[in-house]
Amino acid sequence: MQETNQHITHKNEAVISIRGLYKSFGTLDVLKGIDLDVFKGENVAVLGRSGTGKSVLIKILAGLLKPDKGNVTVLGKDVSTLKEKELDALRLKIGFSFQNSALYDSMNVGQNLAFPLQMNFKNLSKKEIDTAVAEVLDAVGLKNKINEMPADLSGGQRKRIGIARTLILKPEIMLYDEPTSGLDPVTCIEINELIKEVQKKYKTSSIIITHDLTCAKATGDRVAMLLDGKFFKVGSFDEVFDTDNKLVQSFFNYNFIK
Amino acid sequence: MPHSKFKEKINNYFIGVSDAASFVGLFFKQVFSVPFHFREIINQCYVVGLKSLPLISLTGFITGMVFTKQSRPSLETFGATSWLPSLMSIAIVRALGSLVTALICSGKIGSSIGAELGSMRVTEQIDAMEVSAINPYKYLVISRVLATTITIPVLGLYCSFIALIGSFVNVTMYESTSFIGFFEYGFASITFLDVFTSVTKSVFFGFTIGMVGCYKGYNAANGTQGVGKAANQAVVLSMFLVFIEEIVIVQVSNWIRLY
Repeated sequence: MQETNQHITHKNEAVISIRGLYKSFGTLDVLKGIDLDVFKGENVAVLGRSGTGKSVLIKILAGLLKPDKGNVTVLGKDVSTLKEKELDALRLKIGFSFQNSALYDSMNVGQNLAFPLQMNFKNLSKKEIDTAVAEVLDAVGLKNKINEMPADLSGGQRKRIGIARTLILKPEIMLYDEPTSGLDPVTCIEINELIKEVQKKYKTSSIIITHDLTCAKATGDRVAMLLDGKFFKVGSFDEVFDTDNKLVQSFFNYNFIK
Repeated sequence: MPHSKFKEKINNYFIGVSDAASFVGLFFKQVFSVPFHFREIINQCYVVGLKSLPLISLTGFITGMVFTKQSRPSLETFGATSWLPSLMSIAIVRALGSLVTALICSGKIGSSIGAELGSMRVTEQIDAMEVSAINPYKYLVISRVLATTITIPVLGLYCSFIALIGSFVNVTMYESTSFIGFFEYGFASITFLDVFTSVTKSVFFGFTIGMVGCYKGYNAANGTQGVGKAANQAVVLSMFLVFIEEIVIVQVSNWIRLY
């Protein structure tokens, strides 16, 4: 079953390195020995059906969940062994875009964006924070929404603001959890373009968790297919789907309505 | 099979108690460490305190009036209606003011904190804080618990005062009494220990209401259903604990009074 293609020669250093990662919840084994490298400046799309542990994987990378077994190294640091302060320092270099954007309901867009800066960099002046907010809002194309409340935004706009909130800390790594779920096809394309723009402009390395093949194809330099708690294959989009495996074929056919 | 289910329930109960103890322990570990979110504490004091004033005023006033009205016939039997101000003062300052405030706040503040934090948990807003290197416990829990601990004693004293006004209004309906005379007579029967006990009780009540609301909300799960459950459990548990604390503190203060 496992045809993991882990032998891609890369000149760049691996910014994320996962080795033998296991995670279970009670009696349910979600991740059963995962290996993956993400190289500097690269986007890796992780594909898989719902409930296969895709989101669990990036939550472990961000230190929100602890692995049962295995090593997870992000920017040279083993996430599971870091102390709280070291983990916070690392988190400043990781941007996490949540599936439902996770914008703070009680704050408007501008306050949502300024909040991580105000909390982490107490010495920044109001002017500096305002400039940073304007810059990231411009980057996601929503400069005119600064005073809106999250409840007044559309799904696509919320996703953009969620991404902007992570960009304000100028992360080296971006983790996207289902960036196109629940969006119409046109907005999906816009979000895919935004992810590529972020990669170019902010020189980020990213993991994009998705079950949307269009998103994976558009945004991923490589694709990793998660099946039954393990990576079935890691490689280019065409390499991954050039297979006789029925589960992978049905996944492909369903997405493209063949 | 039923035996194993019983065992599982017992296990879950002790795991829950241990989780709750760690949650409270974390408060004392983090409350004195930097950063201090003063602005958020003040904001929460405003939410807890100022926004509860109308409800506390109404409840306090009605409690004072009704309690006086119900006590009058018994005192009339002995021709002792002149004792009403001192009786009311003792009852309100020692017990009713702080207890009524705590029960109102358990419902209003406890449920609101439980629902707010629960909603933040299920919509991943708490996770979003964590991945932005913001300590959500410090920002959300400590600020709210401090706000309830500071504000509820003040609200308790305010409620006692308003209840005494309610009592005075009821007294003046039956006999002519001056405002100053009523309060002078009433306050003459209250000792420092009465006020001290009342404030101490309110401090414990405030801490409990804030902590229970935060604990239930912070650990909410299972989507919107979990948010409702968190809000509901916050009210039920905090009211239950308020009554337990009331019994314990009254007993302790009575021992102190004896010596």
